[in-house]
Amino acid sequence: MVIYGVTFLGACYIIGQLIGDYLAKLLGVQANVGGVGFAMLLLIVFHDFLQKRHFFPAESEKGVLFWSQMYIPVIVAMSATQNAALAIHSGVLALLAGIIPVFMCFACIPFISKLSSQKLSRDGNTL
Amino acid sequence: MEILYKFLDKNALIVAFVTVGGIMYLGELISKYLLRKKIPGSAVAIFLGLVFAYLAGISTGGEKGLADIQGLSGMSLLGGSMFRDFAIVSTAMGASFLLIKRTGWVGVLSLFLGIFVSFVGGMALAWLFGYHDAKSLATIGAGACTFIVGPVTGAAVQASSDVIALSIAAGVVKSILVTIGTPWLAPYIGLNNPNTAMIYGGMLGTTSGVSAGLAATDPALVPYGALTATFYTGLGCLLCPSVLYLLLEKLL
Repeated sequence: MVIYGVTFLGACYIIGQLIGDYLAKLLGVQANVGGVGFAMLLLIVFHDFLQKRHFFPAESEKGVLFWSQMYIPVIVAMSATQNAALAIHSGVLALLAGIIPVFMCFACIPFISKLSSQKLSRDGNTL
Repeated sequence: MEILYKFLDKNALIVAFVTVGGIMYLGELISKYLLRKKIPGSAVAIFLGLVFAYLAGISTGGEKGLADIQGLSGMSLLGGSMFRDFAIVSTAMGASFLLIKRTGWVGVLSLFLGIFVSFVGGMALAWLFGYHDAKSLATIGAGACTFIVGPVTGAAVQASSDVIALSIAAGVVKSILVTIGTPWLAPYIGLNNPNTAMIYGGMLGTTSGVSAGLAATDPALVPYGALTATFYTGLGCLLCPSVLYLLLEKLL
């Protein structure tokens, strides 16, 4: 049933986000630390585990796939509710502080990915 | 009119589904007929969303874009962190654990480097604009990480409220720039594989920007970028008010 897929996704989401909240508390941080990441890892690992034992029929998978197809619409809704006016009207420093570091970060990406592809080729793997 | 608004508010989420569908269709039309499919419809729709958010923001004076328009409050629920994170997690279904493990430590490195580069970049700009106290510098540097790290750091080091507002604005600018800029910059930085997507997520870190930017570039890469990006804000909130702030204080 479709609802089992949604339940599975929801359970991974809740457990992952809770781990993120408790980890934050443990570290003394006022934000969630990697909740979505933990939820994703749980989903990948448990989906694999259940599928190998034939506990995850295609019908249930639809419950997860529906939401992954709703991803872009949700992102559109998110961008439509951003404080875009604040971003544009907040003065030169805010604009520059939001723009220049982004380009610095983008510029770093090819170097780090070179670093990792060297490691990958040493391992004998190619992407 | 009153009956209509009451109805729209009562059925806010459904109204949001219909509204978003309309924006996506408009994006598809613009992509097909005006841009000859050079830019994918989803990317146009995300950009249109920002344009509507801007127009709504200046006409209502609110902070939540379209959601501040009467009858469209459901947009903030559909576009809020709950649905966003839920949808991001669901994309992991197609992700490969093997590929994630391969990137491993480089992904972690990109997180630390991403926070450090943004912090230093934002801080240097604040310095040039005449801020010379550690509290303001750290807060604006943190704002260059994400719009959550900025105010959290500002509150922790007790920066003034206008500096905190500035740091939020810088974070919002970043998230919008990453959304718009990623599809354009992707070919130049080799952003076409899971490995680079994970590094990209760690370097940029703004969950909303990364998830929207990748959606507009290649939806298959979303889970990889989101996986590292989700640790960024937490790590930033950990490092900026502590290690980086103390380091800054020592230097001044």
